[in-house]
Amino acid sequence: MHSRFLFLVLLLLMPLAHADQAVIKKDDPVLEKRVRDLSAHLRCLVCQNQTIADSNAELAVDLKNQVREKLRQGQSEQEILDYMVKRYGEFVLFSPLVKSTTWLLWFGPLLLLLVGMGVLFVILRQRRKMMQQAPALNADEHARAASLLSGKEGKGHSC
Amino acid sequence: MNRFLLPLGAFIVLVIFLWIGLTLNPREVPSPLINKVAPTFRLPQLHDAAKTIGPEDLRGKVWLLNVWASWCVTCRQEHPLLVELGRQKLVPIYGLNYKDNRDDGLALLRNSGDPYTLSAYDREGNVGIDWGVYGVPETFVIDKSGLIRHKFIGALTPELIQNKLIPLVKELNGA
Repeated sequence: MHSRFLFLVLLLLMPLAHADQAVIKKDDPVLEKRVRDLSAHLRCLVCQNQTIADSNAELAVDLKNQVREKLRQGQSEQEILDYMVKRYGEFVLFSPLVKSTTWLLWFGPLLLLLVGMGVLFVILRQRRKMMQQAPALNADEHARAASLLSGKEGKGHSC
Repeated sequence: MNRFLLPLGAFIVLVIFLWIGLTLNPREVPSPLINKVAPTFRLPQLHDAAKTIGPEDLRGKVWLLNVWASWCVTCRQEHPLLVELGRQKLVPIYGLNYKDNRDDGLALLRNSGDPYTLSAYDREGNVGIDWGVYGVPETFVIDKSGLIRHKFIGALTPELIQNKLIPLVKELNGA
């Protein structure tokens, strides 16, 4: 009985074993949400296809702490993004800015779609024209085609 | 004939783009701090926590800021080159000991030589972030007016030092 009680107490104390790791206070859920939201817009430069919100690289952790610190100081989201861009360049923004050098990046897929649709349209029109130019069948040929399609006449055609 | 020419052309263009892509190094992100005033800081010195150092102290001379740490393997590889460069006395090298343990950092300098005129001690790495550091080692070239003129990301090599760093330092000193 006594040892079971002790076990329970120890169990309850378990979270404290990690307490020393939590150097940074994360007690404000509203602030934490803002940190997470903003971090999702910033690229981790160590693991470049991740945002610093997703990454556990040391630099990402540091940058998240910076974001938290600056938010706590009352800086706006835009101010922090500007700060990061000034330090690390526009590449730090996870979604690139829309400007003349990134137009191809943003609108390229749409352009490809339009070109593809154009090509398709031209091909379909050509095909329709070809169909219209095909010689018309006379009555005999019509009858033969109908019987071929119904599957009654198959001699010599084994396909 | 024509219907094969167009896809073939598109394919060749694609291959050329991918080929160029292969030769680029995505880890090298150009720093927006080039030709901007070096971010200021005031940090304790590595050797003497009571004394501080900042970029203002170095106005009027061309200097290098080498970001390093004892835990950084590439920095250790780069270290002998810095020692050699320091010996040539072409340009003062200042160290930014980045997110390191003071004792570990000092031990490394004791064992492998100390190329730095002085080292600043950036325990938290905040100055590193201010300077846009994302992969140590990094080496900044700062001119007499306090502008960052070049940033080497990753370890310096003998070629980089001979062909890029030394000519740049000479040019900045001449101007």
